[in-house]
Amino acid sequence: MAELIATPGQTIGPFFHEALPYDHDRELVPPGGAGAIRLHGYVYDGAGAGAPDALVEIRQADAAGVVPTTEGSLCRLGAAFTGWGRGSTDRTGHYWFSTVDPGPVRPGAAAFFAVTVFARGLLNRVFTRCYLPEHEAALAADPLLAGLDPGRRAGLVARREPDGGLRFDIHLQGDAETVFLTFPGHRS
Amino acid sequence: MTERTEALPSQRDISAEIVALHDAAEVGETQPRLHFPPYRSSLLRHPTKNPRPADPEGAELVAPVFGHSDVDPLEADLTVQSGGEPIGERMLVRGRVVDGDGRPVRRQLVEIWQANAAGRYVHQRDQHPAPVDPHFTGLGRCLTDDDGGYAFTTIKPGAYPWRNHRNAWRPAHIHFSLFGTDFTQRLITQMYFPGDPLFALDPIYQSVTDPAARERLVAGYDHDLSEHEWLLGYRWDIVLTGSHATYLEPEDHDG
Ligand SMILES: [Fe+3]
Repeated sequence: MAELIATPGQTIGPFFHEALPYDHDRELVPPGGAGAIRLHGYVYDGAGAGAPDALVEIRQADAAGVVPTTEGSLCRLGAAFTGWGRGSTDRTGHYWFSTVDPGPVRPGAAAFFAVTVFARGLLNRVFTRCYLPEHEAALAADPLLAGLDPGRRAGLVARREPDGGLRFDIHLQGDAETVFLTFPGHRS
Repeated sequence: MTERTEALPSQRDISAEIVALHDAAEVGETQPRLHFPPYRSSLLRHPTKNPRPADPEGAELVAPVFGHSDVDPLEADLTVQSGGEPIGERMLVRGRVVDGDGRPVRRQLVEIWQANAAGRYVHQRDQHPAPVDPHFTGLGRCLTDDDGGYAFTTIKPGAYPWRNHRNAWRPAHIHFSLFGTDFTQRLITQMYFPGDPLFALDPIYQSVTDPAARERLVAGYDHDLSEHEWLLGYRWDIVLTGSHATYLEPEDHDG
């Protein structure tokens, strides 16, 4: 069967804040609980200014490397880990999630968060990955990272912070522009 | 109102830029340009490098799962949420969410937000001096059914001004947020209304340079969906990108 042409994307615009954020949207696990870490960073524009009207979503495996297919990502009742979260940036462009380190989805795989970014001024969503900095052998063997020059590769690997958290900045444009991804099935 | 618009380009300037970009565009660019200078906010927010091809893996292959615990069926009717009848033209928008192979995207979350009939959002940063409707939030959610179908009852949104250029007006639209079966199918877009005179002037709509692709953003008026003495019906189907399951299950192509 011929592949249908996808509906075009359009910018999220400036007025999504009443619609998309919701209670505990960025808390995949309750902050401060056992194993909880803070994944956070800034979304920057090409002038190095934080984007105060961006939205970041993450999708991830649990600590054991299993990608949950549990419902309840909007109504986070109980202890279910759904592996998905949504965080809007604040006026400085900062976003954060309370979550756990994802495990590798197969032995030897590099562990990462799948990341989607939306913003006013960004005409379509962009995808990237936020890799965990540990397990250097897995990172070295990762097909995506292996194809990147070292400067750009570094932008996809989060920095571990003293409190166990992860810092991952997203640069929409500029010298440190984040590596954004296209997948089979996507067109221009 | 204060006139602080001297520095803004005119609609004529913006329209000329749009025409020049369209004239130079290749046929078949079916997604928006990320770098589309007539939309001034894109200038510092578009990636300059081509996206890197990647094979989806792990979490990228599995969309988040939502269920009836997440969404109240009442959230699909934007005319009954706020304790009174909103002002404006009552309408229904109905359609299907399918993937690149035409398969329905079942039991998946659809979120919408929109301005009211006067073109005003319930949002603290909306400065348009048009009335807020106390009976309309413009926010909706639903889950698709087993056929990928969704439906919202709402009020037709009004056009609204913005500051991209002098006398800039957005064509009436409803923002849609969609998930597929893979996380890589994630989509946020805008649905427009047929025959809008603002189409040619709008750099966001025109950022899709392929005319046929642009048309996919426009709902069709469907008289069969209209209801006697009650509302007007629109149909709008959404196609997500191909799911990775396509590549894992080539036998699906045989039939
Ligand atoms: Fe809008």
